[in-house]
Amino acid sequence: MIQAIVFLPLLAALVAGLGQRAIGPFAAKLITTGALFTSCALSWPIFLSFVWNTGTPEVVTVLHWVSSGALQFNWELRVDTLTAVMLVVITTVSALVHLYSWGYMEEDPDQPRFFAYLSLFTFAMLMLVTANNLVQMFFGWEGVGLASYLLIGFWYKKPSANAAAIKAFVVNRVGDLGFMLGIFGTFLVFGTVSIPDILNAAPGMAGSSITFLGMRLDTMTILCLLLFIGAMGKSAQLGLHTWLPDAMEGPTPVSALIHAATMVTAGVFMVCRLSPMFETAPVAQGVVMFVGAATCFFAATVATTQWDIKRVIAYSTCSQLGYMFFAAGAGAYGAAMFHLFTHAFFKALLFLGAGSVIHAMHHEQDMRYYGNLRKQIPITYWAMMLGTLAITGVGIAGVAGFAGFYSKDGILEAAFASGGGGVIAFWVGIFVAFLTSFYSWRLVFLTFYGKARWEQSEHIQHAVHDAHGHDDHAHGAHDDHHHHDAHSDGTAGYHPHESPITMLIPLVLLSIGAVFAGIAFHHQFIYPEEGTAFWQGSMLAFDAHLMHAAHEVPLWVKWTPFTVMAIGLFLAWNSYIRNTSLPARFVAQFGLLHNFLYRKWYFDELYDIVFVKPAFAIGRFFWKRGDEQTIDRFGPDGAAALVQGGTRLAVRLQSGYVYGYAFVMLLGLVGLASWAMVKFL
Amino acid sequence: MISVGHYLAVSAVLFTLGVLGIFINRKNIIVILMAIELILLAVNINLVAFSAALGDLVGQVFAMFVLTVAAGEAAIGLAILVIYFRGRGTIAVDDANRMKG
Repeated sequence: MIQAIVFLPLLAALVAGLGQRAIGPFAAKLITTGALFTSCALSWPIFLSFVWNTGTPEVVTVLHWVSSGALQFNWELRVDTLTAVMLVVITTVSALVHLYSWGYMEEDPDQPRFFAYLSLFTFAMLMLVTANNLVQMFFGWEGVGLASYLLIGFWYKKPSANAAAIKAFVVNRVGDLGFMLGIFGTFLVFGTVSIPDILNAAPGMAGSSITFLGMRLDTMTILCLLLFIGAMGKSAQLGLHTWLPDAMEGPTPVSALIHAATMVTAGVFMVCRLSPMFETAPVAQGVVMFVGAATCFFAATVATTQWDIKRVIAYSTCSQLGYMFFAAGAGAYGAAMFHLFTHAFFKALLFLGAGSVIHAMHHEQDMRYYGNLRKQIPITYWAMMLGTLAITGVGIAGVAGFAGFYSKDGILEAAFASGGGGVIAFWVGIFVAFLTSFYSWRLVFLTFYGKARWEQSEHIQHAVHDAHGHDDHAHGAHDDHHHHDAHSDGTAGYHPHESPITMLIPLVLLSIGAVFAGIAFHHQFIYPEEGTAFWQGSMLAFDAHLMHAAHEVPLWVKWTPFTVMAIGLFLAWNSYIRNTSLPARFVAQFGLLHNFLYRKWYFDELYDIVFVKPAFAIGRFFWKRGDEQTIDRFGPDGAAALVQGGTRLAVRLQSGYVYGYAFVMLLGLVGLASWAMVKFL
Repeated sequence: MISVGHYLAVSAVLFTLGVLGIFINRKNIIVILMAIELILLAVNINLVAFSAALGDLVGQVFAMFVLTVAAGEAAIGLAILVIYFRGRGTIAVDDANRMKG
């Protein structure tokens, strides 16, 4: 069964990708989507069996892979609770994104390629989460990186998409180097790459040290930090986050699947999978928590100032990933996985909803040109509304709430209960919850409320002009008059249409997830007793004591997230509905701060100066000075120039005039005669 | 008394005239042919002069051969020249510059 789940997407990707000419685009779409829905249907029973505590972890060997001295491992598919959680997340979101793409990519000429890439990505991601050894995990890790690269650059005719794809690939290489060194180091220390063996041996290695570059370093700390660098790259944590917002150049379904729900959570998954290792390295845990909290804060502040609807959600993703990491750093791996689980639903929902808005608004992505869309596209509006309610964590403690309410509060309570640095992380988390509420409601208010501001949008103007092209010819001057009327209400005469049914079904299904994923499963994920039963057998370092303490936190801790959410909501409402001139006045007042946030803390500029420019300079030096002016100059170019110069002289002798040749003959003759005279007389 | 030296002087003058006729002349290919004849005649005078002075008939026999070759050469040269003129409509030396790769 697990083989079918993992390999059906691969099969579909191969058939659709390689056989697209033979089977045509419709069959390619049908095969990939069908394969994903089958995988999804097979995954849910596995997950539910673990939820009901009837499932047992198993390892299925697929193939022998490497057997070289001490290094021995196979292709193995591991199914346990942790994998099952990821299985349902991946296959569900992927299947719905496949379906959604039927509508969203309808006019694209390269659909089979798109669907093949999507399925290939799903296969790689499933390979990653079912890995039973680090090398196989690395295979999946690189596979999703490749698929991400291909899909970000899917519209390869757009230079910005290519640049974004390359950026994602290169930044991920930095993280991957850390991950690789971590794998090498783990093999060096433990003598195996099998994850269960490593995790069983990890507690015994706690406190040991190795010598590296003449320094005595704590073994587990250095290994965990190296592995965490890999997680940082994949999960876009502060420092290696710059690729994620740019990755929004890809088609929106890709952003929903890869850059919100699944691939970017691979880092969180990896830290949770190796949680017994991290438990033995408190310093590394502290770093994880610190980086997570910093990312959380950074991304949320940036999200409050962005105008591109997809970028707001991208930074929101970055910020939510930060939440997951600081939960993991606090030792609450169950809470981290729970937030990963719920986040996949509501963030995919938000992205697909944003895609639906973009679709309706004729590919306009700037929220400044939206407004008053709630009556035009009501289903999208309600889906986005539910997604926003979920991400902002609306809910009443002890009664009920949306998905994000349970997972985010779980994280915050666990952070508070873990004490020490966790309390600082808790306050950062609270502040970020406020920012999350503000930027999420800002997005909703700018998009769906207020006055229509579509007329300034170039995309809308194009759309209107195209639609009225025929009328212009027919009615002439009368039509111009009509245009003026349309301008007065800010719509430019444009009528957004609700998306096709293939796009609405995923929205509705994900809305169900965004509403109920929290309330349905929070016992299993984060409650001490049920959690212990749920996570057993997956080797997740589930800390029942911490979770118990998290439930015993003071009442004000439970209520603070909701309160700051309400403040954020009020602030967004005040700034973008009641008093719309407020944001402009704020920007005028605090231009420096706004610029700092709007330019994303100047990370791109900083990296440009520190890494990109020097790299270009070094490259140019070796190219111009080293290659062209040294090697080429004295090597191939030099020899060629010598031959050319010689021939140019020879050509000048060969004038074509008979007397010239005769003169040379005479000279030769005279020379020969002189030589003979000197020699023989 | 006319000695071998006088003959050789005449021969040298003729030879020089012939060589210069080839190099300096830029007008007419016929002049080149005539200059070649001059060179050959200069050689002939040399041969005959030495033959007479040394009493060896081989030189004079050789001169006869040279005359024969010169006649043949003149005939072939003029024939080529006629063909050339038909082809290009000129026999100016500076226009005959196609002998190069």
